[in-house]
Amino acid sequence: MKDKYDVIVVGAGPGGSIAAKTCAEGGLDVLLIEKRQEIGDPVRCAEGVSKDGLIRHIQPDKRWISKEVKGSKIIAPDGTEIRMSEGASSQKAGYTLERKVFDRALAQQAAMAGAEVMVKTRATGLLHSNGAVCGIKAMYMGENHDIKANIVIGADGVESKVGRWGGIDTTMKPVDIETGAQFLVSNIDAGEYSKFYMGGEYAPGGYLWLFPKGEHTANVGLGILGSKSEKGMALSLLQKFMKNHMPDARILEMVVGGVPVSGPIKQTATNGLLLVGDAARQSDPVTGGGIINAMDAGKIAGEVCIKACKAGDYSMNTLQEYEDRWRDTFGKSLSKSLKVKNMLLKFSDEQLNQLAHSLVGEDVSRMTLPAVLKILATKNPKMLWEMRSLF
Amino acid sequence: MSVNVNRFKCGYCGACVGVCPAGALELIETWIEVESTCTDCGICAKICPVGALEVE
Repeated sequence: MKDKYDVIVVGAGPGGSIAAKTCAEGGLDVLLIEKRQEIGDPVRCAEGVSKDGLIRHIQPDKRWISKEVKGSKIIAPDGTEIRMSEGASSQKAGYTLERKVFDRALAQQAAMAGAEVMVKTRATGLLHSNGAVCGIKAMYMGENHDIKANIVIGADGVESKVGRWGGIDTTMKPVDIETGAQFLVSNIDAGEYSKFYMGGEYAPGGYLWLFPKGEHTANVGLGILGSKSEKGMALSLLQKFMKNHMPDARILEMVVGGVPVSGPIKQTATNGLLLVGDAARQSDPVTGGGIINAMDAGKIAGEVCIKACKAGDYSMNTLQEYEDRWRDTFGKSLSKSLKVKNMLLKFSDEQLNQLAHSLVGEDVSRMTLPAVLKILATKNPKMLWEMRSLF
Repeated sequence: MSVNVNRFKCGYCGACVGVCPAGALELIETWIEVESTCTDCGICAKICPVGALEVE
């Protein structure tokens, strides 16, 4: 560890590692820190990603792909199934990852590109100078260190503190978060499709998922909207589902976590500081998917850091480009998803059934998600009136 | 006047940290620390997926 770097990245998830790798490849002096003593563990993720999103950043590798799925099935509260196939609706399915291996592979890429990596190293605060962030206070093995940097990238996840320390309000209201529980289950027939179960009985204000990880293993979990959650509800609803629907399943791992579903927040950058991924609340408000967005954000953040370091200007003069670029790209789909989320929240289970029934007889299996939503809007004009302008 | 964390239930996921309006919670490796700025609002207890938090 040195006293000073061009860039310090806090958090070695996909967003942080891609940011660190991008900076290092651009010739910057980078430090990537991870508070845990292991990278990629514990997993707090359902592990589903789209193929096209992933390929933008890394070549698929069988060491960290558990399963390639054929597509996805959305299951209405009354059991009506809608099949959507991969290739067409790329947002919905693709691979189920092995995050423990995937995250480590990304951190390794950052390291191979020249980034310094430190595990068991936690940011405990930020250093400030003349109204700008200029480094971090860190704790490594119980010892405190001040480490300077021209730019700090906060990639510290759902529990992010870096933004708050930098004066950016990232606090989520209960309606801005899905609280989730998941089991890695075995002794089941996992099938070839990712499954999404809708309805208040499964997951109020969210959904229940099954992502195949192998022939006989899958991630089975659910997320419920924070505003509908009561103490311990996520886990107890999941246990109820397992008892009723998968009595023979055996649980090999328990995963819990919170997923931001706020849509774009007002600010994700300030002088000397950028936020990426869950720390910037960049996960999708409907699907909860955040890996690809975090990687996209990490790439943009890295590129902007390279420019800023060349210019020797670490203020918003140069960092504004980060805000502009992510909002102009995947930020737009986050805004659309937020509208869809708010609309879905108003629907009763009967209305969700009605929507599913209106697709019976339509071959939506090869359509993109927007195309399917368009059909839904045409067939259910009253219910989906607000959605007309979205697609 | 604070939040009690049941360490035996806590899955150290950090969901509570993200919703704490007072910034009073922090996830450190495998445990949650509660600072004195806690206002007993109880949001964290409702959000916790495993029910590990209790407002005293």
